[in-house]
Amino acid sequence: MAPISAHAVLIVAAILFVLGLAGVLTRKNIIFMLISIEIMLNAAGLAFIAAGSRWQQPDGQIMYLFILAMAAAEVSVALAMVLQIHHQHKTLDVEDLRELKD
Amino acid sequence: MQQYLYLIPAMPLIGFLLLITGGAQFPRYVTAMIGAGSICVSAIIAITMSAQFLLYPPLEGAYHQQLWHWFNIGKLHADIGLHMDAMSLVFVCIITFIGALIHIYSIAFMEHDRDYARFFASMNLFVCSMLLLVMADNLVLLYLGWEGVGLCSFLLIGFWYESEANCMAARKAFVITRIGDTAMIIGLFLLFRELGTLNIREILALAPQHFATGNTTVTWIALLLLAGGMGKSAQLPLQTWLPDAMAGPSPVSALIHAATMVTAGVYLIARMHTIFELSPVTMHLTAIIGALTLLMAGCSAMVQTDIKRILAYSTISQIGYMFLALGVGAWSAAIFHFFTHAFFKALLFLAAGAVIETLHHEHNIFKMGGLRKDMPLIFLTFTIGAAALAAVPFVTAGFFSKDEILWFAWSAQGGHPLLWVTGLLGAFITAFYSTRLILVVFWGERQTTPGKLPSGAMNIPLVVLAIFSIGAGWIHLPHLEEVLPATVLKPAHPEEIIFQSIAILSTSLGIMTGYMLYYLYPHTIRGWKESEGLMAVRNFFYAGWKFDQLYDVLFVRPFVFITQVNRNDVTDKLYTGIANIHLQLNRFLSVSQNGSLRWYVAGVLIGILFIITLQILR
Repeated sequence: MAPISAHAVLIVAAILFVLGLAGVLTRKNIIFMLISIEIMLNAAGLAFIAAGSRWQQPDGQIMYLFILAMAAAEVSVALAMVLQIHHQHKTLDVEDLRELKD
Repeated sequence: MQQYLYLIPAMPLIGFLLLITGGAQFPRYVTAMIGAGSICVSAIIAITMSAQFLLYPPLEGAYHQQLWHWFNIGKLHADIGLHMDAMSLVFVCIITFIGALIHIYSIAFMEHDRDYARFFASMNLFVCSMLLLVMADNLVLLYLGWEGVGLCSFLLIGFWYESEANCMAARKAFVITRIGDTAMIIGLFLLFRELGTLNIREILALAPQHFATGNTTVTWIALLLLAGGMGKSAQLPLQTWLPDAMAGPSPVSALIHAATMVTAGVYLIARMHTIFELSPVTMHLTAIIGALTLLMAGCSAMVQTDIKRILAYSTISQIGYMFLALGVGAWSAAIFHFFTHAFFKALLFLAAGAVIETLHHEHNIFKMGGLRKDMPLIFLTFTIGAAALAAVPFVTAGFFSKDEILWFAWSAQGGHPLLWVTGLLGAFITAFYSTRLILVVFWGERQTTPGKLPSGAMNIPLVVLAIFSIGAGWIHLPHLEEVLPATVLKPAHPEEIIFQSIAILSTSLGIMTGYMLYYLYPHTIRGWKESEGLMAVRNFFYAGWKFDQLYDVLFVRPFVFITQVNRNDVTDKLYTGIANIHLQLNRFLSVSQNGSLRWYVAGVLIGILFIITLQILR
């Protein structure tokens, strides 16, 4: 299998990241925003893997494991909070959740 | 003996400290014991010390005690050092002796007052400060006493602080004397810059070597010291506070505003006589101020109706005589007049206090009348005091001292016939208003029914002071010539006996006029009251020559106007401006804090992009 050029992978990662970012900026539902954040994290992870493969170093894969663990932790906390928000406000629309203001 | 010098001011200080810390808890008789007792002990020590001083005069002419160093800054060495020469001796004796009598009187006078302890505490602090003032061996300590008496004067004028008028009077006294005090401290600074010392003896020794007569600097120093004296001694144009100061209790008026504090200016000028001798201009000015003041205050005293205001104006007028004497170089005569004046004016104030108290706080003399039979003792003592004030020839103390001043006003080196004429006119006026006071208060119809007559504690001081008001004229103040220079007479001058006769004539005329107008032909006055012109003059005098109104127009109104213009505080604009800019920035940034999560994300994104761009472009 011919090695895939790191360049191409980085482009894919960038596209993924921008997709995720666009999702965070445009989506109104918190759950979709969380999914978008996950996509962004995976884009970052992909970039690490590509870099590790480019320089033949294990650091890239180790960083990906860290990101994975971090993402799992983040999602568990975030989903718990989503449950609470839904419980208290009966909505998951961020435009209606403006209590942090002032 | 001189190692006990410190006890004289220390006693009142201890009394003050005891009363101010624990006064509210003490029973009344303990408060009275401490308050009056401390001054009495002080007086006994002072009198014993004077006897010692006179019997065995110290070699250098003064007792001296160095207590400790106060502070050293650069060249300025201020010590707590006491110095008692013949002149301080006179002042110390007067302050402690009359102070003790007035304290004894106050025990009865203030009997029913709520703040018994506060009264005695303030009085003790006053006596302590006044003693420091006259016993200080350097001008820094003198200034401490000077400010101390000012503070106590403020506290005691406003003693009955529940009435607004009293507080205003206290404030007025404080502010106006402060004008003089400021001038004086500038004078002290100048003196230190020129001579490098503030020790009084060193100044007196150094000044003639350092300055030529009429030197501009020494003239400035003398003028500034004179201004200080004018403020404290209520001389033109800083005299307006004293009549209002009568808002305080009568013993306060007697002690502070008649016998002692108001003569601090006289003491200061006599103490710094070398400086004044080096500046003939200032000497002339002092004499002129004294002459104008005595005339102006005398005219005002003629038409007042409040018994204490009459006495207040007469005090201003008598201190005017002292300034006149100082100005013509009759140093000892000024001190002698202070000496006799302290007795009879304290007596008059105490007797007036007794009259006011008996008549249920009636101050208006035209509502008194006919008290001669109701209160014979007070009538007798008051009459003696008034006779001394009017300088009734030969039998009263006031005659000897005033006569001496009048004689020197013409014949001393700095004297001038005009000064003498003013003084003579003043003597006539003094005799007139003294007679008026006595006749209106003690003769005529009874207007107010007297209450309970004062008790023994109030009578004893009156009798003692009355004896001294007669006898003090024959006391020759000893050893003054060692401290104060002798009065230089003009080469050619008429005999003293001529002046004495004229003075007697003028006094008698004054008494006669008073007797005619207020006893024999009272309808004359009623006739005058019809005339508009005379009433205008009378109102002008009554308002103290409208000085209050003048100052109101000159200083108070412009000041109020400026404050109104400056209501929004121009200098504050800068600072409110800075605050406003930040408020605007805050408002601008708080738009971004809208609670929308997506805005925040966008904000973070923009920030990251910004930082990355910076990194790339670097």
